[in-house]
Parts: sequence; C-alpha cells; structure tokens
Amino acid sequence: MSSLTLVGVSHHRAPIELRERVALDLDACRALAQQLARHLGGEAVVLSTCNRTELYLAREEDGEAEAVAAVMELAGDGAVELASALYRLRDEAAALHLFRVAAGLDSLVPGEGEILGQVRSAFEAGTPGPLLDRLFRQALHTGRRVRIETAIGESPASVPSAAAALAQQVFGELHGRRVLLLGAGKISEATARNLVSRGAEIAVVANRTLAHGDDLARKLGAQALALDAVAVELEHVDVVVSATSASGLVVSHATVAHALRVRKGRPLLLVDLAVPRDLDPAINELDGCFLYDVDDLRAVVEETLSGRRGEAASAERLVAEEAERFRVWHAARDIVPTIASLRALAEEIRDSELARAGGRLSERERRHVESVTSQILAKLLHLPTIRMKEAAAAADGVVYADVVRHLFGLGEEERRR
Amino acid sequence: MAELLVVPALLAYGEAAFAYAGELRGPGLAGRLATWGVRLGWLAQTALLVGQAASAEGFPWNTWAGSLNLFVWLVVGAYLIWGCTPRYRLLGLTVMPVAAALLALAWAGGGTAVEEGERSGAVLALHAALMLAGFAGLTLAAGMAALYLWQERRLKRHERGVLKVRVPPLEALDRLAARSVLGALVLLTLGIGVGAASFERGNFDAAMAVTLVVWATYTSLLVLRHEGWRGRRAAHLNLAGFALVAVVLSLTHFAS
Repeated sequence: MSSLTLVGVSHHRAPIELRERVALDLDACRALAQQLARHLGGEAVVLSTCNRTELYLAREEDGEAEAVAAVMELAGDGAVELASALYRLRDEAAALHLFRVAAGLDSLVPGEGEILGQVRSAFEAGTPGPLLDRLFRQALHTGRRVRIETAIGESPASVPSAAAALAQQVFGELHGRRVLLLGAGKISEATARNLVSRGAEIAVVANRTLAHGDDLARKLGAQALALDAVAVELEHVDVVVSATSASGLVVSHATVAHALRVRKGRPLLLVDLAVPRDLDPAINELDGCFLYDVDDLRAVVEETLSGRRGEAASAERLVAEEAERFRVWHAARDIVPTIASLRALAEEIRDSELARAGGRLSERERRHVESVTSQILAKLLHLPTIRMKEAAAAADGVVYADVVRHLFGLGEEERRR
Repeated sequence: MAELLVVPALLAYGEAAFAYAGELRGPGLAGRLATWGVRLGWLAQTALLVGQAASAEGFPWNTWAGSLNLFVWLVVGAYLIWGCTPRYRLLGLTVMPVAAALLALAWAGGGTAVEEGERSGAVLALHAALMLAGFAGLTLAAGMAALYLWQERRLKRHERGVLKVRVPPLEALDRLAARSVLGALVLLTLGIGVGAASFERGNFDAAMAVTLVVWATYTSLLVLRHEGWRGRRAAHLNLAGFALVAVVLSLTHFAS
C-alpha cells in the first residue's frame, strides 16, 4: 500500500538565502517530479514558491531518504545548513500540511490567494498517481472551500490593496473612476495596478521627470504630465495616489480647496504613500476629501490582518475536517484489496456451484437461481464490507484485513502456487 | 386572533435589531439572521394589517397608534427594497431599532387591535396613506444619512477597522438617500394635494404648517444637491428635515 512522504523547507525555518538555493521554476519542478517518479517507481509532485519548496512522494516503501537526498542535491553547498531547516512529514500529517498550505494558513499573510494557483500548477506539472491525485484535488477543494466559507481572504493584505479597498468604500464600483498618479515609481505602479484590477482608469501620470512618467503612462494607457500641472486634474479625478521622492509638499491644502469648488461635492480620495509626505495633511479637513498616508494604510492592513487571523480559526476547522476525510479515504485503501478478494472468492464459489447445477436446470430456472444467489451474496457481504471500512477508518483496518484473510483463506491459493 | 400577530412581528423586528448590531463585528450569520428577522416580521405585520383592514368598515388606521402601525410597516417595506442585499444590510442598524420601538409604541397605544372601526372617508384615507408613505421614505433616507455620517466620520478619522464592517459605499448612500427623498417628496406632494382638496378654511394647524416646512426643506435639499450640496452637508440637512418629520408625526399622532 502506498504511503505518503513530504520533505520540504519553508519560510518558517529557512531564511531567504537558503530558500533561494532550492527554489525551482515550474519547468524544473516538472523535471524533478518526473525524475523522482521514474527513479523511485512511485508518484511525485514538487511545489516551489518564494516561501517554500516541498517534495510530495507516494510509493510502496518509505521514500523519505530519497526525497531528502533530492532536496540536499538542490541545495548544493548549502546542504549542511539546509539539513536543520528541513521538515519531514508522513501520511496524515503530510496531507494536513498540504491542506493548510492550499488554504493559505501556512503563508506569511494568512489567507493569501496566490498559493492556491501555485498548488494547482505544481499538481499539473507533477507526476501524480492515485494517491497524490486524490491528495492534491482535495487540497485544491479545501483551499477553495476555505475562501468561500470564511472571510479569511476578503480583507486587504497590503498597502496597495488597502488603498484600493478604501476607494471602493468611498465610491463603490470603481469602473470608470479616474485616478491621478503622482510619481512613477514602483509603489505608484503597484497601487495603480491594484486599482486597475478593480475597474479604475488611470487617467494621468504626473512625474517630475516627464520621460519616466511617460513610460508608466504608456504602460497604463494614461496621459503624462509634469508635476506642476496637476492642479487642473484635481478637478476631474476621483482618486489621487502620490508616491514621489519630493522633499516637500507636492499638493497643498489651497490647491485642493480650489479644485473642490469646481467638483460640486464629488468626493475625492487621496492616498499619500510618500515619505516625506507629498500631500498636505490639512487636506483631510476639507469636506468630501479623504486623505490617507502610509501609516494610516498600514494600520488598516494590520487591523484587517488581525481579522484574517481571527478567521484562521474557522479555516483550521475546515482544513481539519478535510484532512480527516482524506485520512478515512486513505485508510480505506488498506482494506480495499481484502474486500475485493473476499468478493471475488464469493463470486468464484457461486459461479462454480451454478456451473455444477447448470445441467439440471432449465434456462428460466438458471436465470432465477443466478439472480437469487447474486442477491444473497450482496446482502451477506454488505455488512462485513461496511464494518471493514469503518475499522480501517478507526486504524484497525490491518487487523480486520488479516482476520478476514485468515478466516476465508484469501491469498492462500496464490501462495501455494 | 389576528391581533396576536403583532407579537411575532415585534419579536422578529427586535431580533433583527440585535442581529444587526452583531453584524458590526463582521459579516456573517448575524446579518443573515437579521435579514430573515426583517422579512418574517414584515410578513407577520402584513398579515396583521390585512386582518385589521378586513375587520374594519373603513380606513382602520386613523388613530395615532393605528397610523403608527401602518407607518412602521411602510418604513420596513421600503427598507426591504435595499436591505436584503449584503452590501446594504447594515442600513438595518439605523432602521430596525426605530421600527421595533415604534411598533411597540403602536401596540401599547392600541394601534394593532383588530376591531370594527368607525367609517372614515376615502379622501382622508388616501391623504393619510400618502402622507405616511412619504414620511416612511423620509425615515429611510434619514437612516441612510445617519449611516453616511457614521461611516464618513470613520473614514475621516482613519479608524483602523474601517474596512472590517461591510458598510455601503459613501457615494451609494448619498445617491440612494437623495432618490428616497425624491420618491417621498412625490408622495408627500400628492398627499398634501389630496389634503388641500378637502381643506376647510380655519382648520389650518401647526401640523400642517410644519408639514409644509418639511416639504420645503426636502425640496431645498434636492435643489441644493445640484449646486454641490452632497455628502456630509446633504446628510445633515436630511437629518434636520427628519427632525421636522418627527415633529409632524408627534403633532398629528399625539396632539390631535
């Protein structure tokens, strides 16, 4: 019977210097899984993300030593340091771990959604057989279930996503909402992309160096402007995201106050991600203006993350439920050959007795006897089958299997041959 | 027997009010329980009103307590139009405690009894129904304005938990409040028109005067919106108008 082995390294015990030694892209994961499956004569899936590299093996014998050797080989010079960071899990513990990973419960940010796609890609690139196929399908189901049945993935987990969520809190749907970007750096771009993913339109990118602003504006389908020309734009946009490297204020209270006269009460959300700040803090006092700086957004993210941690308890319950379902299924696999042999023996006896009596029966009588004996067998074996599966789920499966094999002499014929 | 339906209606509204408070801790079961409380309570109250209408010879809600009963039914009915969607569920936090309290008051005042009432004229019945429906719409608009101000204050103060509670977007609250006011103003205008048609000289009283002030206030609100009076200022004006509505309801219910 196949047993499950997991060997891996993750952000919990290994610093990035170690993790990057064993990190693999999807093609390398596929190649390693194929190599392990071929070499060990079993099933293999390799999951590698920025936070973890894990090898899942299923084979008749214990595959731990081979899996450890494979990871050590990846680590090269860092194998000695890696040894203390490696974790090794078997069967139910390995399944529970994968379900927690798929649910985002083992991630740096609880409930983050990217990991589910990474688990799916690893599964598709792997070399699964019956055991790993079931394991990974159930892990993906668990990940989806946790995200549907709990609110763990609902709240923003980063400053850009918090900014976008605040925009939705003010405006609702962001389709058609116009955004003004001040600064063309990575932070501006990340926030812009988050807003665009929710339907907003980046209307203008204003930057001190017009050429840099022009590059980002082209990428986002926006208009590029010089920083000193943004005052007019404030009259037309809904959201302002600012992340310049300017040493002083870029937008003053008076500039926004002037723009508000033209806006006729339309609200304006301003997100200041720069340090030192670009936008005058007094802007928040203006009616219809909501100004958030980077500290405000971090506080919002921290709070929502604490909410995610609260939801994690519900998610853990769902994961444990799914892990138990997997354990029952896996344990039942121990008993399946015995059940199959018992049913085959019963069918064999029935067939031979029917064959012996066949000559003395008419066609109609033969069909009738066949039907009756088939029903007797089904009813007779139903309860023992159920009980054996229950015993397997309660970890007594092997004992029951041995007893049934002994009582009915299952396999003795083969052994004699 | 029909008058006993006020008990399940009141219990369901009360349950909804408490459950909406639970929804503040986070979206989930409490919100769904609240919504079902509103639905079941409203159905029970509908059955009660049908029972009252069937037993009475004319318009059965011409006492202050009776019209309060009808008013609560209209408010909750108007709330149900938006309140069932998860995004707007929290509006119930401002509407349902008021609805439960007013229904309890109507019950205490005998407005939920099922008995043969005296016949009242069709014009008076139409006038009262239109006015009450209009005031119900204004109550809903006031609920939205209150929710707007609460959430706007949280956003202005940068409260850490601002995204934890599922509150309707500010712009949507502002827009829906304005639409509710517009719908209510149409009903009020018709109600005032019907009332004016049967008006007798010398009967002009304080309730009528304040009703006209209410009408003027809300009309101003809609006109001013076009001039940029949105958001916080509109919400304040909305609540000021509702304070006048409360005066009118008090005058017509308790002083007459």
